[in-house]
Amino acid sequence: MIDREQVLHVARLARLRLSDQEVEKMAGELSGILEHVDRIGSLDLEGVEPTSHVVALENVWRADEPRPSLPQAVALANAPEPQDGAFRVPSPQADA
Amino acid sequence: MAGVLDLSVAEAAARIAATELSAAEYFAAWHEAALGDELNAYLFQVDHPAAQQAIDGPLGGIPVAVKDIFTTAGSPTTAGSRILEGYQPPYTATAVRRLDAAGARVLGKTNMDEFAMGSSNENSAYGPVLNPWDRGRVPGGSSGGSAAAVAGGLAPCALGTDTGGSIRQPASLCGIVGLKPTYGAISRYGMIAFASSLDQCGPLTRDVTDAALLLAALEGRDSCDSTSVGIEGGIVAPSREDLSGLRFGVPRELARDAVDAGVREVFEATLKRIEGLGGEITEVGLPNAEHGISAYYVIAPAEASSNLARYDGVRYGMRAGGDGDLLEMYETTRSQGFGDEVKRRIMLGTYALSSGYYDAYYGQAQKVRTRIAEDFRAAFAEVDFVVTPTSPSVAFGLGEKTDDPLAMYLNDFFTVPMSLAGIPAISLPAGLAAPEGGGPQLPVGFQIAAPAFAEQKLLEASFALEQAVGFAASAPVPYLMGNGEVGAGD
Repeated sequence: MIDREQVLHVARLARLRLSDQEVEKMAGELSGILEHVDRIGSLDLEGVEPTSHVVALENVWRADEPRPSLPQAVALANAPEPQDGAFRVPSPQADA
Repeated sequence: MAGVLDLSVAEAAARIAATELSAAEYFAAWHEAALGDELNAYLFQVDHPAAQQAIDGPLGGIPVAVKDIFTTAGSPTTAGSRILEGYQPPYTATAVRRLDAAGARVLGKTNMDEFAMGSSNENSAYGPVLNPWDRGRVPGGSSGGSAAAVAGGLAPCALGTDTGGSIRQPASLCGIVGLKPTYGAISRYGMIAFASSLDQCGPLTRDVTDAALLLAALEGRDSCDSTSVGIEGGIVAPSREDLSGLRFGVPRELARDAVDAGVREVFEATLKRIEGLGGEITEVGLPNAEHGISAYYVIAPAEASSNLARYDGVRYGMRAGGDGDLLEMYETTRSQGFGDEVKRRIMLGTYALSSGYYDAYYGQAQKVRTRIAEDFRAAFAEVDFVVTPTSPSVAFGLGEKTDDPLAMYLNDFFTVPMSLAGIPAISLPAGLAAPEGGGPQLPVGFQIAAPAFAEQKLLEASFALEQAVGFAASAPVPYLMGNGEVGAGD
């Protein structure tokens, strides 16, 4: 049901790189799961309101007052490669 | 020393408050017990059984094992994933802070399925947790470490999270009490997100009174989680002795033949006990519950695929492939950092949300969710509670279902509908049954679900039933008795 091409497309969207073996396995497993899930596709749910949240809540406000937030050093403490008070990342277009 | 470990949390807290028991000695005794972990229940334990002076509060001096999905400033937090190895959270989750404010202290962080995705704890990057009743079997998941720690005598109580059954199912498989409160009862702030519209934390305890004690401390509104509302009127210790005037509905659609014979027997015997306590057993209709698994395995992976986008090697956690370009770094980090089940769910969710499939999958699943919530509302117009077995089987063998993701998902059949409806549900140990393939008897859980925010009523009924079942009083602590030697329960 899900072929190799689709697996590769979805992996690209999800920023995952799969080995050839993983692609094969994923195609089979996802197909099996979707076959089960597809049962809800045939239900007539025309006009049923979708539920995105189970508790009825509307506009939860708090006072718009400045509060202390994470200090920069703390926010950077777990960074794999902090530099000059920022998160350093590889170039989006490395020439490699 | 074993003496103080036998006390329930409520009893220990009362003795500490009356200065009959030293908080420092009590904590040290549990610290020592936890250090003897042979179940891989803990991922991290506190170094120093800190000077535990008498601490004021309803949980004063009580050690608690916390699932490693809650951020704890000063201690590592991995969510069972390689991608968060070494991560030191800059802040502490509200649920943990509330326990702390009530006087409890963290004993350690417990093992779990990676990002809470799993029903066996075999998806942890740090190895599976073993079931204290039989170390060749799973403890359930995803809060498997928390359940095994409490059942195995390694913690007096624990905190877990439940997205589709992750508190109730391991509680069932380990023979303890597990409560998933109403969505919104407890703040999710600092609870690493899996599926935000379903995730809810709750207690895993030896008995119902302890569950009430923890819930009383945990519930409440939190300005850091706008979906948290708390439980109006709070929670007090349950004391109900009978079930007269209460109606318990068994879903007509309950697939009794999908349940193992031994589990079915314990379930039917528990229904009889309810009647013996004056409760009334009746049938109710939940016609859409059978589609729960399908809806859940669209909604939860879809939300997960979005929530887990944050693990990209930029701000915290693991980074790999930093020598190439940015895209390569993202892909290498995520491919090496996530385990198979997490990748599978990210793929499933990404597919369900991708262009052209959104309405057919996510939209349709959300409509099924509405129908399931309506089913429960209609049922609760006729009955006070809906009851089912918690899990279709007792604890299964390690490795038994790892090759078949769908079989593993179907294990959540009885717990997922309540999660989709956002209502509270508890799993109580109801007896023992032999596994289908033969072997020593293992615990069976009985699930009771109640209307949204009816936790007090749920705990009262559970307390009355617990006294009649007598499981907590009669069950052996097999871990302390040695592997495989399980004494006769009720």
